[in-house]
Amino acid sequence: MATATLAGITVERDDEGYLKNPNDWTEEMAPELAKEMGIDTLTDEHWKVIRFMRQDFQEKGQVPTIRRMKVAGGIPVKDLYNLFPKGPAKKAAYIAGLGKPHGCI
Amino acid sequence: MSDKIEKVSIIISKGSLEGVYPGLIMANGARMEGIDVNLFFTFFGLDSVIKKRMDHLKVATVGNPAMHIPTLLGGLPGMSALATKMMMKEMDKLDIPPVSEFIEMIHDTGAGLYACKATVDMFHLKEEDFTENLDGIITVGEFYEMSHGGEIIFT
Repeated sequence: MATATLAGITVERDDEGYLKNPNDWTEEMAPELAKEMGIDTLTDEHWKVIRFMRQDFQEKGQVPTIRRMKVAGGIPVKDLYNLFPKGPAKKAAYIAGLGKPHGCI
Repeated sequence: MSDKIEKVSIIISKGSLEGVYPGLIMANGARMEGIDVNLFFTFFGLDSVIKKRMDHLKVATVGNPAMHIPTLLGGLPGMSALATKMMMKEMDKLDIPPVSEFIEMIHDTGAGLYACKATVDMFHLKEEDFTENLDGIITVGEFYEMSHGGEIIFT
């Protein structure tokens, strides 16, 4: 666990870099977190995913699965894999300031 | 050598619900970790990519000691359907989709889905019997060529 400064705010992060407290997250942090995941520019499509994840997390208290993003969020699986290559659930959760997803789906 | 698995080929050879899902979950889970995946369906495992059958797979309630019900009871009419219904309900809670949706999802992750040619010939199946998410019907030799450089998992 370590503290880091993201977009001018000091936050706590776990060993893998996920934000410890999702409430610390602000939209301004997303581009920095995205760069750490190898995504240089966040497009509107990325933001659609990030915003859905944040909203669903607020409502359900857990990071949505890929299936939930598809069914409840209307985001096609293909798009998720194109937007967040090599690990969409983890990468998107990372950028959205949520913890590491625990589901297997 | 890389310290991470980069590619897996998963063989699904059984056609019961509990025979199919582990392979599908492992395939989807591998893609979620950025691992390349090929799925190879052989023998009764083909049922999971046959349009008319994929959403009618059943849990085996006979000859399955882990079900913890006596074999004779397991053989009663409707037992398999009941066990299947219960298991599907529990899986749905975990966001594990029905077979046809899961197959489509896995295909959309970029995984390759292939049917075993020997089995297709043996059961006299045709290309149109299969889901459109199937990438092809291939021989064992082609499967090995495709699996080069990765791990092979048999289920």
